[in-house]
Amino acid sequence: MKFIRRLVDSVKPHFEKGGKFEKLHPAFEALETFLFVPEATNSDGVHVRDAMDLKRTMITVVIALVPCLLFGMWNVGHQHYLAYGMEMPLMDTFMFGFWKVLPIVIVSYAVGLGAEFVFAVLKGHPVSEGYLVTGLLIPLTLPVTIPLWMVALAAIFCTILGKEIFGGTGMNFMNPALLARAFLFFAFPAFMSGDIWNDLSPEAGHQIIDAYTGATNLVTFDKDYTLLNSVGDMFWGFEKGSIGETSVFACLLGALILIITGVGSWRIIVASFLGAWLMGSLFNVLAPADIPTHAMHTPAYYHWLMGGFAFGAVFMATDPVSAAQTETGKWIYGLLIGIFTVLLRVVNPAYPEAVMLSILLMNVFAPLIDHIVIEQHIKKRLRRA
Amino acid sequence: MGKTITIRRGYDIKLKGAAEKNIQDIPLSDVVAVKPPDFSLVVPKMLVEAGDEVLAGQALFFDKNRPDIRIPSPVSGEIAEIVRGEKRRIMEVRIIPDKKLKYQDFKTGSPDKLDRESVIKHLLDSGVWNYIRQRPFSIIANHEDVPKAIFVSCFDSAPLAPDLNFVIESDKENFQTGLHVLQTLAQGNLHVCLQKGSQETLAGLTNQLPDTNKHQISGPHPAGNVGIQIHHILPIQHKNDIVWYVNPQDVLIIGRLFAEGKYRAERLVALTGSSVSKPSYMRMISGQKLASVLDQALNTDHVRVIQGNVLSGKKSSQGDFLSFYVNQLTVIPEGDQPEFLGWLLPGFHKLSLSRTYFSWLSPNRKYNLDTNMHGELRAFVMTGQYDRVLPMNIYPVILLKAILAGDIEKMEALGIYEIAEEDFALCEFVCTSKIPVQNIVTQGLTLAREEG
Repeated sequence: MKFIRRLVDSVKPHFEKGGKFEKLHPAFEALETFLFVPEATNSDGVHVRDAMDLKRTMITVVIALVPCLLFGMWNVGHQHYLAYGMEMPLMDTFMFGFWKVLPIVIVSYAVGLGAEFVFAVLKGHPVSEGYLVTGLLIPLTLPVTIPLWMVALAAIFCTILGKEIFGGTGMNFMNPALLARAFLFFAFPAFMSGDIWNDLSPEAGHQIIDAYTGATNLVTFDKDYTLLNSVGDMFWGFEKGSIGETSVFACLLGALILIITGVGSWRIIVASFLGAWLMGSLFNVLAPADIPTHAMHTPAYYHWLMGGFAFGAVFMATDPVSAAQTETGKWIYGLLIGIFTVLLRVVNPAYPEAVMLSILLMNVFAPLIDHIVIEQHIKKRLRRA
Repeated sequence: MGKTITIRRGYDIKLKGAAEKNIQDIPLSDVVAVKPPDFSLVVPKMLVEAGDEVLAGQALFFDKNRPDIRIPSPVSGEIAEIVRGEKRRIMEVRIIPDKKLKYQDFKTGSPDKLDRESVIKHLLDSGVWNYIRQRPFSIIANHEDVPKAIFVSCFDSAPLAPDLNFVIESDKENFQTGLHVLQTLAQGNLHVCLQKGSQETLAGLTNQLPDTNKHQISGPHPAGNVGIQIHHILPIQHKNDIVWYVNPQDVLIIGRLFAEGKYRAERLVALTGSSVSKPSYMRMISGQKLASVLDQALNTDHVRVIQGNVLSGKKSSQGDFLSFYVNQLTVIPEGDQPEFLGWLLPGFHKLSLSRTYFSWLSPNRKYNLDTNMHGELRAFVMTGQYDRVLPMNIYPVILLKAILAGDIEKMEALGIYEIAEEDFALCEFVCTSKIPVQNIVTQGLTLAREEG
């Protein structure tokens, strides 16, 4: 450690004001503070500070995402071998997915962080930690078959149009990772929907089995909800979908970490689940009795298990920057996300992955929700007089 | 009459180095100083110059804007020097104290027999008025106002704060007299806030006061802050809705003035913090040199000396003098050391309200915190953190953003007049983005005072 410190200190002067690489100071600073929590002390105001900073916050979210990532890697292999009707040992299944997913993660981080560093150097502001999480969220929301150049494009789009044009982390009004996904979804629909959820790279000596279908549950339930995977499969994640979204169990593990550490808002998570359940139940009541397979008959809790709902509610909706900020606002925001997700899923089959659009929509409305909550608060304060 | 209030939101930072309950008498230092910057908004006009002899209680300077506000000398002696800073601003009035103090005679008076006007006159003449402060703005009260109430918070909930029950115990009669004075001043609107259950001496003392509103308050810091108590008992509605407040140690000084006819500025100062070898209480006079207390008392060299507590105290040094309103000195280690991958480690010894470090597994641990920022300044990212430690019906982040935007109307609607820096100190402590919350509050209060 002393050695690294000496090394950092020895090159530091070059990046200070007046040094050779003065302009690269933000980039150097980002690396230095990555290695060392800086020596800065409090001068006025409080003299002691809570040990939590934004780096710790972000790394906590990354840790919460690890179950989804690991399960996602395994599931990529699992779905692949399922299509070929092959029985493979656990490690082989995992490694197949690992080698498929790793390049996507690397490209996402490398390109996104690169864009972030370039911006920081050009604008002279510090590199923010937000991308630690965003860089992992992007791959987890994509199908494994996505071309790498699209991942790179998404990462750049997300950094620049999702964040930097608003002033960087903390200033953006939409979730950058979701924005990147929405960008790909609308720009390259052929790569983001249809029969793209499974990596079908050929296996020597094996043919894709006849019963194989590329459709995800979200497409299936719209036609006949009784053809869905079993509840257990959907809960544990043995289904097709984006890399990280399939396992509700892994998402709940992540939710547990976020809620215990206090990094994610439990109100938003609970409200989203509640909203989806309420809307699902309402549809059950309104469902046409003569068509027993109609999507409106889908049991309300199925909506928690299908598609990316759990992943979105746990990891996307809770982004504190783009969510509602008041505690009351968080309930409303979460409820509406759940409600809109189910509404879009059932009523508008053109957009099966409704949770993405619902969250983005509510991101836009979050300031309005907060505004109403605050106006009510001010009125209440005045009444007290 | 009185309420029982349970504060739920807040946090007690558990630090090492609480003061033991024994009192050390600190002899007068060779030089004593009164510091005009201790009095916010006071523009000093000198009444004495170097070489003059003064008595304890004699005015040294007055406020240019409010000439009735006069700041008295805590000791008798010779004016040694008037220290000026940038733009010739007066920073210190240094006095070489006499071996045996001579007091200006202000005459004794029984508060029961005096009316409000003569009490005010007595306080103004002696300069003891400066101990009566007002909300909004936490400034010296204006004697022409009629406040809707006077508040005395009889407990301090800040980290390592002095036990006021213990302090008052040492000077019960004067406390009683002081409260009587405040009662006359408040005309039936005196509110005394006690910590629920634990303060028998105080409860006994205040029981002897008839027309006083006694409130029982429980809960974590900032429950002891007078601003929080006012908010829950008699909230401030607008700029001219004024509440006065007095610290219990200052009630003692008011009591002495009426009982003995003297301005005696002794107080019990708690010397606390993990860098102090034997934390204890010290009887000393306002303006005394800190070196006389700290020289032998510290166990390490590289320290931060704080006048007050770790949350809202002011940064100071061993060469400094005890500030006017200060009842506590805290000394903690400086934290100007980088830490290798500190944000990645499990952190069993790192205090955090979040559970992102594993220290939450041992909730009763006492910490030896240093002055490190533990991170860098960022934009607001996390939400709901401030709300957890601010027991007020106020949206802290929204208010801070209104201040940053300079939107006075919004600030007023969101409750700027109810708050002071100390009430928001815990918000600054917990802030993930390391936002200088108290600075922003100061900014907002200044703006509201000048233009609201």
